[in-house]
Amino acid sequence: MSEKTMNLTLYVWRQANAKAPGKMERYEAKGISPDMSFLEMLDVTNEQLIKQGIEPIVFDHDCREGICGMCSQVINGVPHGPEELVTVCQLHMRRFNDGDTIFIEPWRSKAFPIEKDLMVDRGAFDRIMQAYGYTSITCGGAPDANDHPIPKWQLDRAMDAAECIGCGACVAACPNASGMLFTAAKVAHLNMLPQGKPEGARRVKAMIAAHDLEGFGNCTNHYECEAACPKGVKTAFISYLNKELIKALPKGAQD
Amino acid sequence: MKLVNPANKRKYKILMVGTGLGGGAGAATLGELGYNVECFCYQDSARRAHSIAAQGGINAAKAYPNDGDSIRRLFYDTIKGGDFRAREADVWRLSQVSNNIIDQCVAQGVPFARDYAGYLVNRSFGGAQVSRTFYARGQTGQQLLIGAYQSLSRQVKAGKVKIHNRREMLDLVVVDGHAKGITCRNLITGEIESHWGDAVVLATGGYVNVFYLSTNAMGSSVTANWKAAKKGAFFANPCYTQIHPTCIPVTGDHQSKLTLMSESLRNDGRVWVPKKAGDKRPANEIPEDERDYYLETKYPSFGNLVPRDVASRNAKLQADAGKGVGASGYAVNLDFRDAIKRDGEKAIRERYGNLFQMYEKIVDEDAYKVPMRIYPAPHYCMGGLWVDYELQSNVPGLFVLGEANFSVHGANRLGASALMQGLSDGYFVIPYTIGPYLASTTPGAVTTDHDAFKESKAQVEANIEKLRNIKGNKTPFEFHRELGKIMWDNVGMARSEESLKKALTEIPKLREEFWQNLKCVGNDKEVNQQLENAGRVADFLEFAEVLAFDALNRKESCGGHFRVESQTEEGEALRDDENYAYVAAWEYKGEGKAPELHKEPLKFENIHLAQRSYK
Ligand SMILES: Cc1cc2nc3c(=O)[nH]c(=O)nc-3n(C[C@H](O)[C@H](O)[C@H](O)COP(=O)(O)OP(=O)(O)OC[C@H]3O[C@@H](n4cnc5c(N)ncnc54)[C@H](O)[C@@H]3O)c2cc1C
Ligand code: SF4
Ligand code: FES
Repeated sequence: MSEKTMNLTLYVWRQANAKAPGKMERYEAKGISPDMSFLEMLDVTNEQLIKQGIEPIVFDHDCREGICGMCSQVINGVPHGPEELVTVCQLHMRRFNDGDTIFIEPWRSKAFPIEKDLMVDRGAFDRIMQAYGYTSITCGGAPDANDHPIPKWQLDRAMDAAECIGCGACVAACPNASGMLFTAAKVAHLNMLPQGKPEGARRVKAMIAAHDLEGFGNCTNHYECEAACPKGVKTAFISYLNKELIKALPKGAQD
Repeated sequence: MKLVNPANKRKYKILMVGTGLGGGAGAATLGELGYNVECFCYQDSARRAHSIAAQGGINAAKAYPNDGDSIRRLFYDTIKGGDFRAREADVWRLSQVSNNIIDQCVAQGVPFARDYAGYLVNRSFGGAQVSRTFYARGQTGQQLLIGAYQSLSRQVKAGKVKIHNRREMLDLVVVDGHAKGITCRNLITGEIESHWGDAVVLATGGYVNVFYLSTNAMGSSVTANWKAAKKGAFFANPCYTQIHPTCIPVTGDHQSKLTLMSESLRNDGRVWVPKKAGDKRPANEIPEDERDYYLETKYPSFGNLVPRDVASRNAKLQADAGKGVGASGYAVNLDFRDAIKRDGEKAIRERYGNLFQMYEKIVDEDAYKVPMRIYPAPHYCMGGLWVDYELQSNVPGLFVLGEANFSVHGANRLGASALMQGLSDGYFVIPYTIGPYLASTTPGAVTTDHDAFKESKAQVEANIEKLRNIKGNKTPFEFHRELGKIMWDNVGMARSEESLKKALTEIPKLREEFWQNLKCVGNDKEVNQQLENAGRVADFLEFAEVLAFDALNRKESCGGHFRVESQTEEGEALRDDENYAYVAAWEYKGEGKAPELHKEPLKFENIHLAQRSYK
């Protein structure tokens, strides 16, 4: 717990709504404690703006503990900011120095239209999930949970993929604005488990088709997504997805 | 029980407010059965409901470890953990379906932890002497919620469920005494919308943000429940709030929320404070014989795994006695040194890696090397809207699921039992219990053409205008923080007649100031987070009074409700079964009027009422 506070200069993207033009505005953030989270710094700044008669900055957030995937800001050009493996809400101001200038922007991609300021619409991810991001189990018919043993290594790999919080930083980081890391994480999570295998081929095809339909770009192996991902989801899952797709294609005629 | 014919189900429309474990599971399952469901949440996606934040795990009576667990034992532990203030029948049903929940989740692809042979493993949680908790790393809630959200997504594709995200319910529409719809604000366009349904289900989560700082999400509020209460739904046991013992301590005024460190940490972490008051040496420099492992000495059989209310109160006692650690003195140590010595750092990393990582991000300290510092924080509410065994409120057609209802946890919830309850309500209870009500109604008989919808809409719009036109000097944040302080100081971990009466004079004063001095900037026909907050704070300011009122009325201590006037010689909660073995259901009587108390007596036919002991 430190006593000293910092003063910062912020450049923040302001945009009234989806159709309005936007621009960067300059604000001063005063008396910022290193113990604050980045979002608490914005809270304090907003309170200062309100007192000055300026409309507060709109940004998405909810859990503030790095799990809901709601917070979404590009800080100094990096989705979720400079620290590895954290979301904006977990980023702390001790990462910055007194007098720093910080640039804050929303996720930018065609598939995620801006709603206001730093807030975007990630409905495209929901629609990819609706395409086949599930197993077709109807409640009531499940066998005993221990009926299918799953080797630990296999379970662990599926769990690594299942850690994805659907934040969209991978899209924001990608030069092509591809949503492939998100899509691959879901395909891998389910296709790697015995419960998801029966529909594996249909799933991978349907989800990739939905991904392409939403206007996300293609994956051309820049690996920026992996670097930005707060949950450490690996691009190896994209390779896995591609293998699953190749396996699935010849079967296409049959199902 | 009356059933709805499968062919007729598609004629009915059900509104589900909330997409957490209760609402998500409920909406998906009702869709699978053939009903038309419309679902609402305030986040940008159904997947982000606050259930996502649950870390530790979910209980079930599978008895896989062969340690003597059974449905009966889970039932008993839950009733006892709740300090004998829950309904037996509801808890029995919960224990029964607990096993089906695990089966259902595994079939969805929920990656619960397994051993090398591929079988599911369990851990222990507070208030139980068996291992019955299933978990997925430190993110059980996210994995369960994604499972429900996957099922929900499947129903969206099937055309049975429609999701309206970024909507906030701001009123319940009641027609001839029956719940027939809701009024909500589109948080993107600001438009006030009417939605009709043959029944309305609320699964809107908990209200502990009434304390301002809590482990809940920033958007968690009492709004949906409170609006329903103002339309006649009884609010049951609002004073039963849970203060979680293992949270990261507060650092300053800027703090916007408190982060929970899962209680599962108490499996391996040992709680201690220095024996000497005011000992400010760094933890690692305090020798073994100068440490007080107060939970282990005071409660030898449960030790660090006593229920939450007991652990929290004891932490407060230590801090009040000047033995608290950290800069503020409002913290105790949670030490993993001995567990690391015993099992190795790798094993501990495997069990709690992401929790230790989260701690480091926030506090900037390595808990593998120095003890964590923890302190209690508001976490969960056992109270909620009153429901019967069918989960129907006293307003016909209004059902309530998950944390939003009051049903199974009595005066204290055991760890890993809320996830179980949410999924039980959603997957296995509401799909069946909503049938008899629907069977007694004509589908589509009331739609948004009814005048009640227009009135409700006009009222919501007028309320928004009122908030925006005060044009005072204090922001919603500032009012919320002040309310939180009143609640934490007077209606928190220890409550007395004096403190409660103080709260009951201070809350109305603050509310009055709110309506005269609120500064709510921005327009209403666009995204306006200030307006959203202002509305939530306005509701908390009304609801807080009922909470304090209930606490004042209940002159006993039980579970999370601790009245200093009612304790044993050892300082444990002392119940008064003769006078208070009832559910307190409060009826709203209008602004500025005292709510009316309805009592539902609690009868225990299978369990003998006993003074809780964890010694
Ligand atoms: C940090 C944390 C850790 C926890 N860990 C555990 C654990 O390990 N084990 C355990 O058993 N329990 C745990 N719990 C408790 C448990 O997670 C919750 O009680 C449970 O998930 C609540 O589920 P729910 O479906 O009732 O509500 P929520 O998941 O909170 O969902 C509420 C839904 O209602 C919507 N909503 C709310 N108000 C409105 C409105 N006015 N209009 C429209 N929509 C609205 C929200 O958008 C959301 O979709 C934890 C809780 C927290 C906070
Ligand atoms: S893959 Fe990573 S960056 Fe992409 S949505 Fe998931 S968590 Fe976010
Ligand atoms: S606010 Fe939930 S992940 Fe950041």
